[in-house]
Amino acid sequence: MQFGIFSVGDVTPDPTTGREPTERERIKAMVTIALKAEDVGLDVFATGEHHNPPFVPSSPTTMLGYIAARTSRLQLSTATTLITTNDPVKIAEDYAMLQHLADGRVDLMMGRGNTGPVYPWFGQDIRMGIPLAVENYALLHRLWREDVVDWEGKFRTPLQSFTSTPRPLDGVPPFVWHGSIRSPEIAEQAAYYGDGFFANHIFWPASHTRRMVGLYRKRFEHYGHGSADQAIVGLGGQVFMRKNSQDAVREFRPYFDVAPVYGHGPSLEEFTAQTPLTVGSPQQVIDRTLSFREYVGDYQRQLFLIDHAGLPLSTVLEQLDMLGEEVVPVLRKEFAIGRPAHVPEAPTHESLVAAAAAAASASASAASASAASVAEVAG
Amino acid sequence: MTVRSLAVVSAGLSQPSSSRLLADRLAAAVGAVLPVETTLIEVRDHSHDVVNNLLTGFPSPALAGMLSAVSAADGLIAVSPIFNASYSGLFKSFFDVLDESALLDKPVLLAATGGTARHSLALEHALRPMFTHMRATVVPTSVFAAPEDWAGGAGPSGALAVRIERAARELADQMERRESRPVRDPFDLPVTFDRLLAGD
Repeated sequence: MQFGIFSVGDVTPDPTTGREPTERERIKAMVTIALKAEDVGLDVFATGEHHNPPFVPSSPTTMLGYIAARTSRLQLSTATTLITTNDPVKIAEDYAMLQHLADGRVDLMMGRGNTGPVYPWFGQDIRMGIPLAVENYALLHRLWREDVVDWEGKFRTPLQSFTSTPRPLDGVPPFVWHGSIRSPEIAEQAAYYGDGFFANHIFWPASHTRRMVGLYRKRFEHYGHGSADQAIVGLGGQVFMRKNSQDAVREFRPYFDVAPVYGHGPSLEEFTAQTPLTVGSPQQVIDRTLSFREYVGDYQRQLFLIDHAGLPLSTVLEQLDMLGEEVVPVLRKEFAIGRPAHVPEAPTHESLVAAAAAAASASASAASASAASVAEVAG
Repeated sequence: MTVRSLAVVSAGLSQPSSSRLLADRLAAAVGAVLPVETTLIEVRDHSHDVVNNLLTGFPSPALAGMLSAVSAADGLIAVSPIFNASYSGLFKSFFDVLDESALLDKPVLLAATGGTARHSLALEHALRPMFTHMRATVVPTSVFAAPEDWAGGAGPSGALAVRIERAARELADQMERRESRPVRDPFDLPVTFDRLLAGD
């Protein structure tokens, strides 16, 4: 199982001091956080993509390319890549390029984006969000798998004899997750392609996440990619830890109370009860995270949000130390207990290359077997 | 006769409130002509949850229960106090967090209370268009109770009791006329993925 962090990349003043980082500081802080994630033994760093203040990460492959050059093991991902407003041709090119530079340590999570004006700024219409996600991904999927593509759709200019370069590393496209909070169409899309499904359940109750993941698993099996419990599931989580849980609550509350998205709304206690947010000791985080398995089944990837709402970099790095030293080692051990052998790990470039080679040799031996039987009949 | 489910949403702010008083009268009048199982929702009891839902996008478990009671009901009585010539903000917010398809073809009786009878047309120019937008079937008679109505006799046409009875009968008729409708499952796909891919 993979453990990592995902960052929204918001520039938010620290409510306890009023100090707001510059964009440069925030961008560099994201890089520092990613490098630290590798240092403390986490597996994944994922960056958001936004095209409006107060967010800085508008150019994920630039950031991930830089991080790739300074890490050796960390899987680089997105949370999310806007499949609606980005040109799928550019996504195909950018992430294939990143895949080569990062020696395959790249996957992506597709999302629609819910910031209204971003759609018109990029020439699209938010009411067409689902059709855009469906058509754009269908094209992206082909661009990574067919060397020469002729294509025509509703939302971008047609393509004749187009080759997206560079071709994916070793002929194997980056693994794709599809993220959605409330659209069953996206769970269906992930199932249709046999891709991963990521439930960013940090703002939603468990009952909702259970239904979305359940739908994805059922449809994954329906489309013949394996049994429902072999579907590839990722979850979000949100934590703030101190050794003593009262200290965690006291320190996090001023950030929670005015945080983007849920600030000025429910109390910390209500939000903790109703969503996966866990503010407390490392042991509480371990217990809560292990409980996710009860409603989504054995899953493949757990990402935590730890660096938003104006938390200072030094605090975020302390959170990473606790995750790496006290939380994730225990989670790895505990999640392995009772996990059936047929439940796969999250795909990596190596596992996808191996799977492609196995499929190729299986079809080659099937072809020679059928050639042999033809010869037998002829003989 | 089949027992129908009736949801009653009352958005009065004081306790006790005249909106609740009117809601109870209307619910009883419907119950007098049609066997109903009534769920009463005092929006005031869920006011923080309603605001939290507006901010976070999801309902608390308690509010979720109330919202599904409205979605699942065969008929709805909605009562708001009139503030500044329109529904109260809390009344509107409750319906703003309701699933957009929850009131589709649902028989709805509208009612309101206010400090003067001069507010009565707010039912027609504010509440009725809102419920039309949500594609509810709003019965023709809506009921406004001004302070003096609570002292009016039952006799002459136009008295509160007469209006209540007429509106209740209209709602009961509409409820009786319809099969109970299953609640839309938000996890059900409206179309197959092949059709989505084909751009249908």
